Amino acid sequence: MKRVRFPGVLSFILAATLATTAGCSGSGSNGNGGGGGGGGSASNVEAITVNSGPGGGYINGAFTSVTVCVPGSTTNCQTIGGILVDTGSPGLRILSSALTISLPQQTGSNGSPIVECLPFLSGFTWGPVQTADMTIAGEQAKSLPIQVIGTSNFPTIPASCSSQGTAEEDLASLGANGILGVGVLTADCGSACTVSGASNPGLYYSCPSSGCVVTTESLANQVQNPVALFATDNNGVIIELPSVSGAQSTVTGSLIFGIGTQSNNGLGSATVYMLDPSTGNFTTVFNGVTYTNAAFIDSGSNGLYFLDAATTGFPTCAAPITFWYCPSSTQNLSATNRGTNGTSASFNFVVSNANTLTSNASTAAANGLAGPNSGTFDWGLPFFYGRNVYTAIAGQSTPGGTGPYWAY
Amino acid sequence: MNSTIMRGLFAILALPFPVSASLGGDVSSVQADQMKMQGSLRTTSADSYKVHEIQTPAGVAVKEYVSPAGKVFAVTWQGPFPPDLRQLLGPYFDQYVQAVQAQQAQRHGHGPLLIQEPGLVVQITGHMRSFRGSAYVPQMLPAGVHPEDLR
Repeated sequence: MKRVRFPGVLSFILAATLATTAGCSGSGSNGNGGGGGGGGSASNVEAITVNSGPGGGYINGAFTSVTVCVPGSTTNCQTIGGILVDTGSPGLRILSSALTISLPQQTGSNGSPIVECLPFLSGFTWGPVQTADMTIAGEQAKSLPIQVIGTSNFPTIPASCSSQGTAEEDLASLGANGILGVGVLTADCGSACTVSGASNPGLYYSCPSSGCVVTTESLANQVQNPVALFATDNNGVIIELPSVSGAQSTVTGSLIFGIGTQSNNGLGSATVYMLDPSTGNFTTVFNGVTYTNAAFIDSGSNGLYFLDAATTGFPTCAAPITFWYCPSSTQNLSATNRGTNGTSASFNFVVSNANTLTSNASTAAANGLAGPNSGTFDWGLPFFYGRNVYTAIAGQSTPGGTGPYWAY
Repeated sequence: MNSTIMRGLFAILALPFPVSASLGGDVSSVQADQMKMQGSLRTTSADSYKVHEIQTPAGVAVKEYVSPAGKVFAVTWQGPFPPDLRQLLGPYFDQYVQAVQAQQAQRHGHGPLLIQEPGLVVQITGHMRSFRGSAYVPQMLPAGVHPEDLR
């Protein structure tokens, strides 16, 4: 068991900030929590908005709000907007610059603070693991371990962490006040971090004043998917966004908790695509070629990233945006996704000229934004436009079978 | 042969060479990488290069591609976690980090990584618990070797 230590030095600041932050709603319905106007009012529905984000300039990011409270408190709380909804990772991560209340620090068996180094594709986040009661819509995850990014308490990033590349530790690099990871995984590291030795990938550090060293971290103490900790509606999420034609400045939709647990979250006619357990991927067939277990759906990716210019025939854009495709006209395409359970269906998508799509500074939702991703299909947020996409958590039972799966 | 003797031998072999060089380094740097990653090593040959595959205890498969001239011209990796990129990219690591930071402002969001500089190409894709990446130096590719061969 880890003990929880309260820093307890910020009560003056707390008293000041509480006046400007919303209180917790306890277990009652919290409505839309300031996330936007598109969602319903059911207790398992939170509004999401595709806009330019709290830092400005974000394209194809779905943002929402969460309320975090000191565990057990209904008054020592803060509602934070501008949180990116990410089905490609598990767990809540908040920028310290956006967090005005003081949450208890998780400590290891020796009493030292636990700090996490979490690798993403383009770098890593570094920051302490703290504990919060998280409320979103009418759902609550009690005593949820979260990561606070970019605190001043642990300024020295260990070499074994900085060797992952670039720290994403502020609004400019993250583009959001935080990340709400509601993907198929429960814990972010999993069993690999629970054992010591060479097989430990080194995501969790024990940080006494003498310096940080890699430590083990139990599954229960890892930063984890808050949905799995809800009392109900805890087997997955649905993201509902309307169709987007070309480029728009704002789009609103809903983040719905639970699959088949309420009258508003049934699978309906959606097809279930089970995932390869070792990679968390499924299969995409495109232009007659099958890319086995090399495809995934990820609301945290801001485009459709697939194959390369040589394979697709679409030129990449001129520098500095060579990571996007720039066909001379919009391409109407189709592909087939296939689950490990044998289900498959074709669907249509478009690839547009990214230079044109992103030329208007007010654009935040851009259907057709796409780029190269050699040998792989990353079906990012544009895939969600006009589809209700279900993400079922690993090991959780649903009317469509046991997760992990995607359905749409 | 026990592991202590093995490690001693690798240390002796690696001593005269740069210990942290991988991409762009001599073939000896493969052994330095193997030691750092505490992995097992397997070597296979293709027409115009050799592939040294390191399997780390954390489940990451790292491949280092060595040219006939004995230079590591490409590295690839796949597994539930990324490898130590500073070790693997060696002298190219700083260039990589600067290129990522320069690109962040242009992307307007998150997605797979694609760095294409005149002297360095890096691609990283995947999601939590499933990473795949490659890095190569275009000028060092042996004649007839194409980037898509590096998987």
